[in-house]
Amino acid sequence: MAEEESANRGHAHVNAVYLKLGPLAGVVKEALLSSWELACEGAGLTGARLVVEEVPILVYCPRCGESRPLPSMQWFACPECGQPVSEVLQGRELQVTALEIQE
Amino acid sequence: MSTQPRLVEVRKNVLKQNDIVARELRQRFHDAGVFVVSLVSSPGSGKTAFLEKTLTLLRPDFRVAALVGDLATENDAARLARSGAPVRQITTGTLCHLEAAMIRDALTDWAMEPLDFLFVENVGNLVCPSSYDLGENLRLVLLSVTEGEDKPLKYPTIFNTADIAVLTKMDLAEAVEFDIAAAERNIQRVRPGMTVLRVSTRKGEGMSDWLTYLYSLKKS
Repeated sequence: MAEEESANRGHAHVNAVYLKLGPLAGVVKEALLSSWELACEGAGLTGARLVVEEVPILVYCPRCGESRPLPSMQWFACPECGQPVSEVLQGRELQVTALEIQE
Repeated sequence: MSTQPRLVEVRKNVLKQNDIVARELRQRFHDAGVFVVSLVSSPGSGKTAFLEKTLTLLRPDFRVAALVGDLATENDAARLARSGAPVRQITTGTLCHLEAAMIRDALTDWAMEPLDFLFVENVGNLVCPSSYDLGENLRLVLLSVTEGEDKPLKYPTIFNTADIAVLTKMDLAEAVEFDIAAAERNIQRVRPGMTVLRVSTRKGEGMSDWLTYLYSLKKS
């Protein structure tokens, strides 16, 4: 993806890739970072940094009518009122948000 | 000429490609009128046995087929084929999960229209399959009584992304002192409101509840 964007911009050099990662993406930050260098070499991105922004899980509590951060993945309940919650507003992200490029 | 580095906003999902293929598959399944169920669980929890039983019970009245993913061997496909249903094995090599493109490739020359139900058995793994949409209508997670009641808390993501949970090997529950109430409580903690069924494939117990549930979804 970063390769594509770089090509679209006349093969600009990619300094860094910014990634948003939610706890429910099923991906571990450490695993991403450890495989990053290898992936870069194969994609012509050698030397690029991977900047991971970890975002919390946000759920919607129907009883409070509010979005709430979920303190624990082991308990899908509103941290304020205890109501079980199933609507996840944020936390599944595995998303490239930005590239730092040098033209 | 070198300029100051600048930040370009992108906002693209890393698994975008998989999501696109999954969406195409879902549309194809919808157009063909086939209901697709995927099965996920840890290795050895009874996916293949449960699926073999399901195929056998559905076969007299419905047109069913199955895809089964494994790292290696075609053993599971051979077991499932005993039901008489058409079965295809997807061998993933070293990959620990199925991806939408593998489903698409396995189905290229397979007409969907004559089918009522298609089952997709994922590779035994409670981690990676949770990230990949396969275009299924229903994701079923199995938990065998020999695994312990706290599996849902250890692997909340897969339970949270599933639509229904099936407790398997219920005939062994007493022997291994499985706490059914605790298991169900843990499932509800990570996925409030999820339907939980109890099944013994060996004894056939609970299979009629599962089939009733499946019929009701197919109709709606």
